[in-house]
Amino acid sequence: MSTLRVRVRRGDAFEEFDVPRRESQTVLDVVTHIQRHLDPTLAYRYACRVGMCGSCAMTVNGAPRWTCRTHVDQVAQGDRLEIGPLRNLPVIRDLVTDMREFFDKWARAQGRFRGRSRRADDFARVAPASAARRLADAGIECIGCGVCYAACDVVAQNPAYLGPAALNRAWTLLNDARDAAQGERLRAVAGDAGCQACHTHLSCTERCPKAISPTAGIAGLKRATLAAALRGEL
Amino acid sequence: MRTQVLLWGAQRASAALLALCVLVHLATLVYAVQGGLSAAEILARTRGNLAWLAFYTVFVLAVSVHAPIGLRAVLGEWLGWRGRSCDAAVGLFAIVLCALGLRAVMAVFA
Repeated sequence: MSTLRVRVRRGDAFEEFDVPRRESQTVLDVVTHIQRHLDPTLAYRYACRVGMCGSCAMTVNGAPRWTCRTHVDQVAQGDRLEIGPLRNLPVIRDLVTDMREFFDKWARAQGRFRGRSRRADDFARVAPASAARRLADAGIECIGCGVCYAACDVVAQNPAYLGPAALNRAWTLLNDARDAAQGERLRAVAGDAGCQACHTHLSCTERCPKAISPTAGIAGLKRATLAAALRGEL
Repeated sequence: MRTQVLLWGAQRASAALLALCVLVHLATLVYAVQGGLSAAEILARTRGNLAWLAFYTVFVLAVSVHAPIGLRAVLGEWLGWRGRSCDAAVGLFAIVLCALGLRAVMAVFA
């Protein structure tokens, strides 16, 4: 059995650990091994271990990834692995970041459903094959892991920018025929801190573990906000 | 907010125009330079020619719209310079760019 040389970011410095390499080992397995057997003070975050909860994202060999579904074989450079916290977010300790700003931006982008129907109303009928439903489907599987946010260079240079995840969420709601707050949502995502700030670098799309393209959604928001601005509705 | 979105729209529209203008400009350049290029030759083609006057006026106007909006984003992201003072500075830059460009266009027309 070979050994992995793992460099783990701890504050301003890296600490090195030797971890036994195993078959089908994930990066989260490696971090868990360090915490359980080598240094119990290591702080990291995870919950489901199966790619559903979006808690365990970290920077692995320079790129943001969901660690529970990232196999060491896919990312190790020889026997070396470098693990750090996500970029663009304040670090609380070791590999744990403060996600508040990330989720506050979802709220700022009007990322919650606002219905108009009452208890007595009939079910809304949305045709699964309708264009809007398909556009919403393309972005709806987001697990809120923050990988796209960490990958985004615009977030790094423009801290007010809402970021790919919040804008993707707004885009899925904009395509929800039942939602009643579209005007407010368009105003929330328009402008220098909103979709217009995106430079279409596509880093979010390249890194999204759920194969969503926030870039495509943001392009849709750009068109929708421009149309609203030209109509004088922003 | 609305202004920011319209600025983005103006930059996209001017980019589409510039793509066409640059193509025409470069194609003309390659064609014209084949027999050697002199100031007299250029002036002979452009002086009094309303079509070239119109073309390069559109070109200059598109540049004057496109470049300052891009510069505004660059200043915000790289220097953290945002807000009214930045908008005023890039507005001034747009006016200077437009004035210098149109002056050059007039110089080869008149």
